[in-house]
Amino acid sequence: MGGGLYSSHKKNFDTTRDETKIKPYGDTMNDGKIQLSFTLPIKDGDRAVETARQYVEKLNMRDIQVVHHEALDKEFTFFVVYATATPTIDYTAIQVEELEIETLSMEETDAFIQNNIGRKIIVVGATTGTDAHTVGIDAIMNMKGYMGHYGLERYKMIEAYNLGSQVSNEKFVKTAIELHADVMLVSQTVTQKNVHIKNLTELVELVEAEGLRKKVVLIVGGPRITNDLAKELGFDAGFGPGKYADDVATFFAKEIARRLGK
Amino acid sequence: MQDPTKRSKLHLDWHVVEEARNSARKIANQMQIFINRHTTDSVERTVCRLLGIDGVNDFDVPLPNVVVENIKQGNGLKLGAATYIGNAMIETKLTPQEIAERVARNEIDLTSIPLHDLFEIKLVIQEIAQESLNRIAKNREKRDQLLNKYGDKTGPYIYVIVATGNIFEDVVQAVAAAKQGADVIAVIRTTGQSLLDYVPYGATTEGFGGTYATQENFRIMREALDKAGEELGRYIRLCNYCSGLCMPEIAAMGAFERLDFMLNDALYGILFRDINMKRTMIDQYFSRMINSYARVVINTGEDNYLTTSDAYEEAHTVLASQFINEQFALLAGLPPEQMGLGHAFEMNPEIENGFLYELAQAQMAREIFPQAPLKYMPPTKFMTGNIFRGHVQDALFNAVTIMTNQRICLLGMLTEAIHTPFMQDRFLSIENAKYIFNNMKDLGDEISFKPNGIIEQRAQNVLQHAHDLLMEIEKKGLFQALSEGIFAGIKRPIDGGRGLNGVVVKDHQYFNPFIDLMRKELNIGGIE
Repeated sequence: MGGGLYSSHKKNFDTTRDETKIKPYGDTMNDGKIQLSFTLPIKDGDRAVETARQYVEKLNMRDIQVVHHEALDKEFTFFVVYATATPTIDYTAIQVEELEIETLSMEETDAFIQNNIGRKIIVVGATTGTDAHTVGIDAIMNMKGYMGHYGLERYKMIEAYNLGSQVSNEKFVKTAIELHADVMLVSQTVTQKNVHIKNLTELVELVEAEGLRKKVVLIVGGPRITNDLAKELGFDAGFGPGKYADDVATFFAKEIARRLGK
Repeated sequence: MQDPTKRSKLHLDWHVVEEARNSARKIANQMQIFINRHTTDSVERTVCRLLGIDGVNDFDVPLPNVVVENIKQGNGLKLGAATYIGNAMIETKLTPQEIAERVARNEIDLTSIPLHDLFEIKLVIQEIAQESLNRIAKNREKRDQLLNKYGDKTGPYIYVIVATGNIFEDVVQAVAAAKQGADVIAVIRTTGQSLLDYVPYGATTEGFGGTYATQENFRIMREALDKAGEELGRYIRLCNYCSGLCMPEIAAMGAFERLDFMLNDALYGILFRDINMKRTMIDQYFSRMINSYARVVINTGEDNYLTTSDAYEEAHTVLASQFINEQFALLAGLPPEQMGLGHAFEMNPEIENGFLYELAQAQMAREIFPQAPLKYMPPTKFMTGNIFRGHVQDALFNAVTIMTNQRICLLGMLTEAIHTPFMQDRFLSIENAKYIFNNMKDLGDEISFKPNGIIEQRAQNVLQHAHDLLMEIEKKGLFQALSEGIFAGIKRPIDGGRGLNGVVVKDHQYFNPFIDLMRKELNIGGIE
């Protein structure tokens, strides 16, 4: 494998960091190094390796090294490829709807609710639709929490109802009305064929139809959920991987306070 | 049962083990009295299927549902579907399938046919029932033949899942996985199927997070795996799920299509699918009896407790549930060799010495259930988008598997938290497992644990807690304990959940030919 550790030939790229021209980083600024792994439905062999190389070339990559290839079946070959990416991106021009709030601890959130809202916040959570996964909603709501972040059930100023999984949108909304919920939390894990999009859209429509939309903070979470996607679907916020109960609680406590004009 | 003189590597107190087991036996026996007095819609639909009724009506409603619904409307389910089908056979000289088709066309109303002599009905039915069981017995023989021809593997079975939603795509993935070394292929069911009160019909190509369990899908996959097995000179086992509202029906379908493993847990549906506990208890009994007869290895679902509750703190609930599942399995005629009791490697990877606690749990299960082909589930809860770390977590799981001789190893996927596995994900997992199983093959036999060390103490502690929990459940009764949220912190009301309206009290003349025939053949003692 050429071009690596002992290569002494001159690098033909500028190694200064320019925020308007960002490229992937391997071990040198702007080297553009990317690792890829993928499978092609072709027979393993020299022709397969060359096919993989040319395919990656079509992705606009250069210095392509097919470092591993292996047959998965007669007509399927797995490849690991290192290559140099050519495009750059202007980091300064990137805008995202980031949830830029400082996350409060459980105690701070409880105090915030006490001082600004003056009563317990009622939270109803569920995994809706046919999705059977409870891991997400449990991580946020269960007393124990997840990765050292206590769940909403442990908050003194939050009254949390975890309805579990496979809850229909109708039942979820009905329960939220019965409990006078301030916050509705939805978890979606199964995202195959975008089944979650349909389900989440349906929920928003239902919440609006019931005249609840302004009364509740509507939040969705899951491994494939981003805040952007959530907003696009008509939710107040979306939480993806690496977000915990305290992030969610801080958001809705502040959002409710904001709506109250505090 | 185990030989108490056998030296335990963990120095477990066998007296505590025996007490725990006795307690679980009493819990199960007490429940069995309830079970024996009831039947359900799904049990009766299973009788229909076993009598040869299959297919759907013009609205895609399965004929077993049509028949049971018809009997239910005439308030006849308490006598058993077999009574009315046998009665109609005498009256019309038609086969059960022809009768079902006529019921579907509203040409026959089963409960309005005058009831013939019950003895005569039993005679007619028993003949077809025996034929049906013979068909299942033939599948057992076929499996034995193939296993004799190819030989069976020692060490952990490599168990992988396919879940494309399309049975034909599943076949492509399953065959590739078999070629890479998979011993067991499980076809994950589409999300939501457990809540359907019927079994869909025919080959299916649309599903979410999995593929519908239908008899035709079972057949298609069985055929493909047999063909792949022939090419590879290995028997590839097929697994599906008898859980949800149709436990026994799916068991019967699996028996007809020679499935080898089936997920079957006495408590899972209650806790994780909010299916009514009475319904589940009655259904699991008949489904397990069919599994037993078909020599299917059941896989229990204790691993699920740990995705909901903390794996370190709630480890004893896993052991307690294994004891309970063991006793319900025995009551349904399942020998220990067919009990794939479940557990999982689900502790938070940040825990100091977490690997030692996982090792203690796995070794403990191995010693307490020495003949059971234990089913060991990989990390899922703490898998992240960091596939590189995930691959290492899976490697640690594989190490515990081989060190403690777990028999059914459900491989972890590095992309667990991301998507249903790509072909290459499965390949990397199998490679990981094969490497470790070979490289560390006899490590378990070579090591002993430090007396009174972390591992020993942990196992003893979990055993003691499980023992105490079982005593508590025994005192309360299982229904009460479940309603108080004893497992996974999930509370289920005794009369809540789905499917309670499908529970029927049996008449004293209730007739189910299969329970009678299988009990005899499986040597199941009676509890009344």
